[in-house]
Amino acid sequence: MTMKTTRKLTMAQAISEAIAQEMTRDDTVFVMGEDIGVYGGIFGATGGLLEQFGKDRIMDTPISETAFIGTATGAAAAGLRPIVELMFVDFFGVCMDQIYNHLAKNTYMSGGHVKLPVVLTTAIGGGYNDAAQHSQCLYGTFAHMPGIKVVVPSNAYDAKGLMTQAIRDDNPVMFMYHKGIMGLPWMAYLEGSSNDVPEEAYTIPFGQAHVVREGSDVTIVAVSQMVQKAVLAAQELDNQGIQAEVLDLRTLVPLDVESVLKSVRKTGRLLVADEDYLGFGLSGEIAAVIAEHLDTVRLKAQVKRLAVPNVPIPYSRPLEQFVIPQVKNIVHAVQELMVGRMVQPEAA
Amino acid sequence: MQVAKDKLLWMYEKMVEIRFYEETMAAVYMEGKLPPAIQKGLAFDIGSGPVPGEMHLAAGQEPVAVGICAHLSDDDTVVGTHRPHHFAIAKGVPLKPMTAEMFGKVTGLGKGKGGHMHLFDNAHKFSCSGIIGASMPIACGTALAAKKLGQDWVAVAFFGEGAANQGSFHESLNLAALWKLPVIFVCEDNQWAISVPKSQATSVAWVADRAAGYGIPGIRVSENDAVQVYAAVAPAIARARRGEGPSLIEVKTDRYFGHFQGDPESYRPKGEVSQLKLNDPIPKLAAQLRSAHGLSPAQDAELVARAQARVSDAFEFARHSAYPAELDALNDVFVP
Repeated sequence: MTMKTTRKLTMAQAISEAIAQEMTRDDTVFVMGEDIGVYGGIFGATGGLLEQFGKDRIMDTPISETAFIGTATGAAAAGLRPIVELMFVDFFGVCMDQIYNHLAKNTYMSGGHVKLPVVLTTAIGGGYNDAAQHSQCLYGTFAHMPGIKVVVPSNAYDAKGLMTQAIRDDNPVMFMYHKGIMGLPWMAYLEGSSNDVPEEAYTIPFGQAHVVREGSDVTIVAVSQMVQKAVLAAQELDNQGIQAEVLDLRTLVPLDVESVLKSVRKTGRLLVADEDYLGFGLSGEIAAVIAEHLDTVRLKAQVKRLAVPNVPIPYSRPLEQFVIPQVKNIVHAVQELMVGRMVQPEAA
Repeated sequence: MQVAKDKLLWMYEKMVEIRFYEETMAAVYMEGKLPPAIQKGLAFDIGSGPVPGEMHLAAGQEPVAVGICAHLSDDDTVVGTHRPHHFAIAKGVPLKPMTAEMFGKVTGLGKGKGGHMHLFDNAHKFSCSGIIGASMPIACGTALAAKKLGQDWVAVAFFGEGAANQGSFHESLNLAALWKLPVIFVCEDNQWAISVPKSQATSVAWVADRAAGYGIPGIRVSENDAVQVYAAVAPAIARARRGEGPSLIEVKTDRYFGHFQGDPESYRPKGEVSQLKLNDPIPKLAAQLRSAHGLSPAQDAELVARAQARVSDAFEFARHSAYPAELDALNDVFVP
């Protein structure tokens, strides 16, 4: 007889389970944020925790992000392990000084003497018409700045293991969950994000990309909800005889450069599918990784990038669907790569 | 304070219009968002239907909007919140382009780019933001402009009681007091910051008491009543127009709907809303108009029908307007 040790969970359930297990294991772990108590987090990441741990450890805060994110930094320096929630990543504007100039820098400025085990959780992503101030991804913004590890899970299994790893990490970790894969009962989601999750605690090391689907023709690099879109696109491409490999980076800081290189060396074609802004971000970073290794990578076609085309996220449905890359856009971009050709060196 | 009959009638008609607008929106918003039209297993889909995305409605909070805006002209500025419809309607923002914006149509105030939390109407000097506490610095700016331009225009910043714990509140009050800016800071205290009650988030019972910390008048309005709001804010507006600086007003008001439509409101005591509705400000003002100013039932019915027709026309206009072309998403990041 085998013991049943996994269940299918939504990403929201997996995240709250990881937090609960770490809170049970370690008394110094606690949670602060807006509507994370009675409400269980607007996106369910702290569901059931208030009932289990009480309000001394599950602390609803005033709408004072500068104060409570700074409080997390101070509490961490004093030996606690805070998990602190920024309800939407878009709200970073009201508290960026505490994030960028303090949480991200104090360890370095102290010569490594200040340890800041803070997990900063936040909701990202659009697709449900919440407009320009509630739909951004912005992981590129946080990955750009040294000093914070950036975790962007695409499914429940990874989310639990990465959250456990994040809580146990002695450094600041930004844990960014896309609303459209949390499995909420009030928002459409991509169902590939709900999957089998072990009951016991486990960790997934940072900086290890995951080959979600193997393929030999093209590499699609993605994170978060875009991984689920890439998988759907790969299935469609399969019907057309194109074998796409889908690489889920899982963390941006640290970035698993080797897995990107390994996959593109195999396929010779790269598409980066991203829901963040096109300019100065993830897609450019991955393209640069390949460009810097053209001495050891043989490309069969140009590199392609799909991302939000440097405009704020518009409200209107047709406009939002247009600026956020969709499954059909991934399919189309791969088709273009398959007929793309590299410039041939001129004969001597 | 004796309030003229025409002001009372204006406030009453605007409140009727706002209430009908919000109730109409509540119904339209639910179109296409329930099973079986949505993904299997979901109870509700926020991203479906003719008006997708978050929707924050202000039914119950009409007195704050009309009591303040009854003092304002087109030259005065209003900056609203993520729950902005009552302010917009009271400030005179035309209903058709406002509603079309919420439908994401090309005829909308922002050609469909902004949505319901991001309404911009230059002609009526109205704007709002989905970020908590964001109204106050912007209002300081339009007030500074009025001062520099030598005009007696005022700026009103509306915000919820939850926003009084945001840094922008404290910074803006200090700046406006220091520079004697013609700003009226209006706190709508509906007791709830999403699920967190004021008592668990704010260190004082009255946000208005914080005015003392900035050396400006703080005014408490403890009834959700348009006439009381109108009377209480009058000295603050006069003070601002005289160039003597800002004031802070706090109005107790009631949120009838959830934080957003679809909010399960499990945090809210059962029966709270039906209790609040016993003290509804609209029939209260109607009764006042009947008893003290001889408003007849026929006049009342005509006024209500007129207000409701404006709302219905706006929804029809929005529904039948066209969506913008996809490529228009790339325009308007900068002006030419």
